Amino acid sequence: MSTPANSVDIDRDVGNFFYDLTPARDAGVGLSEKTIDYIVDVKEEPEWLREFRKNAYHVFMSKPLPTHWAGDELREIDFDVIRYYLASGESAKRSWEEVPEEIKQTFERLGIPESERKFLAGVEAQFDSEAVYSNIKRAVADQGVIFMGSTAGLKERPDIFRKWFGKVIPTGDNKFSALNSAVFSGGSFIYVPPGVKVKHPLQAYFRINAENFGQFERTLIIADEGSEVMYMEGCTAPKFTTATLHSAVVELVALPGAKIQYITVQNWSPNVFNLVTKRGLALENAEIKWIDCNIGSRLTMKYPSVVLKGRKARGEVISIALAGDGQHQDTGAKMIHAADETTSNIVSKSISIGKGRATYRGLVHVPKHLKHCRNNTECDALLINSSSRTDTYPAITVRGTGNSTQHEASVSQISAEQIFYMQQRGLSEAQAMSLAVNGFVNDLVRQFPMEYSVELKRLIDLEMEGSVG
Amino acid sequence: MSSIVIKDLQVAIGDKEIIRGLNLEFSKGEIHAIMGPNGSGKSTLAKVMAGHPDYQVTGGDILLDGESILELEPDVRARKGIFMAFQYPMEIPGVSNANFLRAALQARLPEGEELDATDFYHLLYQKMDLLDIRREFTARAVNEGFSGGEKKRNEILQMAMLEPAFAVLDETDSGLDIDALKVVAKGVNTLRGPNVGILLITHYQRLLNYIIPDFVHVMFDGRIVRSGDKELALELESKGYDWLKEVEAEPVGAK
Repeated sequence: MSTPANSVDIDRDVGNFFYDLTPARDAGVGLSEKTIDYIVDVKEEPEWLREFRKNAYHVFMSKPLPTHWAGDELREIDFDVIRYYLASGESAKRSWEEVPEEIKQTFERLGIPESERKFLAGVEAQFDSEAVYSNIKRAVADQGVIFMGSTAGLKERPDIFRKWFGKVIPTGDNKFSALNSAVFSGGSFIYVPPGVKVKHPLQAYFRINAENFGQFERTLIIADEGSEVMYMEGCTAPKFTTATLHSAVVELVALPGAKIQYITVQNWSPNVFNLVTKRGLALENAEIKWIDCNIGSRLTMKYPSVVLKGRKARGEVISIALAGDGQHQDTGAKMIHAADETTSNIVSKSISIGKGRATYRGLVHVPKHLKHCRNNTECDALLINSSSRTDTYPAITVRGTGNSTQHEASVSQISAEQIFYMQQRGLSEAQAMSLAVNGFVNDLVRQFPMEYSVELKRLIDLEMEGSVG
Repeated sequence: MSSIVIKDLQVAIGDKEIIRGLNLEFSKGEIHAIMGPNGSGKSTLAKVMAGHPDYQVTGGDILLDGESILELEPDVRARKGIFMAFQYPMEIPGVSNANFLRAALQARLPEGEELDATDFYHLLYQKMDLLDIRREFTARAVNEGFSGGEKKRNEILQMAMLEPAFAVLDETDSGLDIDALKVVAKGVNTLRGPNVGILLITHYQRLLNYIIPDFVHVMFDGRIVRSGDKELALELESKGYDWLKEVEAEPVGAK
């Protein structure tokens, strides 16, 4: 039986292609106030937003890189060579047939038309910063659900948009939320009226398709009282030799009794820096669930959070991370309890292959004056090769009386005996590894909607193929 | 006649020699039993036939239908029809028994051919009924939380589903009470036939009351020292393994 190789050749054929498009609107490389003006003018944005963006730009410039706690990899981002805004010059499309051919081909390869027919209420696909394809199915629109790009949202519904924009994640939260606040473009704006339960998941795709281009989408989802909505995002990007940056901000607001589920499958090419700030605000009796799967990118830093602001609010983060050679998945969750009887649950499973590194950071905060709050955290790490690495940084602060917290962590390997057992049943070493790894994450994968769990299993199989010598 | 031939086999683990010149041949349609005291190398023999990486073959050969299998990976040997029922079956968390069996069967099909789900479940339930295994078992993770008896029955279920040409049962009776033993024996007896050769490795004679062997071999100190029919097992039971130490331990070819 051969020893698993220490180097991993990650097969990224699914995302390894790009089309030579001449973008109609391009702000050039580097970031300055001029870039901001360009964006605001080209998008015809209101003046309040110009001021907001410029303020954010200054905050971004004044903050240092957080290398005092995060890895040194961040220093490799050269902010001066990134293109901060790029669009094809077309307005959002209604039907698939109207989309330009090259862009259509890109998305056809990603399978969007099929998924729309089968499962989804509406698909909004973003290409190089702008929403090229926006289609809200009649059922969703009839229910009064607003589903549009962030730019359209802030222009058409400032009454709702401005009420919550930047409230869950303020500009100054961290260096990258400030960057996003300065140059954001694209992303979704969703409002669900009271009592409406959106039957089908809403979905968006993102794609980076130009060298040195960064994506800064901004998503804001507001679920009004008693409503329910599920949102899914999955993305791919082509492989380039120079770094690309993806720095999104996602704000969720669940008003009393509302439920929001936000599902992400991230599969960026291994040269992308994926630095995302995701946070939800859950009011009384509301529930926010983040289901997060990170398979791609060179470095992902993402800690989906829930601020449990109302009594009996519930927050949950389900996280799966797969780190192969040259990858660092630095993920986790934050649960901030700010009311009595709130509960939070974090389940994180990571797999490190070859020289891959997975890091779990979990913050749980329950202050002294709260009562009857409960938190549960489980983080399990699987190491495939002897050079694989995993780190766990739990930061749990629980004060007061009548609150409970539980934390379990494990690190394991797939034993040679298990592999031999499976091989004796006729499975090749690679098939055996795949099966064992899929078994490890199975209980979490099952929580994804079916089309994602199938895709996830396939992605894990692809990664495992590369890891066995 | 399709058979496995083991010729002058020598096996070591690290510096330690365990099998020291073993000769054995068993064919389809036959049931052979190997008995012997602890440390005689019985389980090692089973594992080496299956291709366990911890053991080094330092001499001799193992032939399947005339061709050596020593250079073949464990899964290649398995797909050629060799099955081993493990003495200590492994747990595989998160992988259901049904999915595991499906994957194993799918691996034997040619590229592009899909296993038919309805046929699979029909066959699975049939075999489970034979072995008194409840339906709910299909969704449970492989061997996770199983008692010793359940694990052994699961091995026989897998054997029934995979229909091997040659099956090596490594101490399948260890840890089983009489009722569990009878169920396992019933399963093995149902699979018995002209298309399969079975090698039963056992410490106690008791199993052989339920699965009647055609040939019995006694292994001692890394070799087969005596061969005979089922009467040999009874003789061994009454005289004990110490009797062997008095017998001149010369390698005796089986058959």
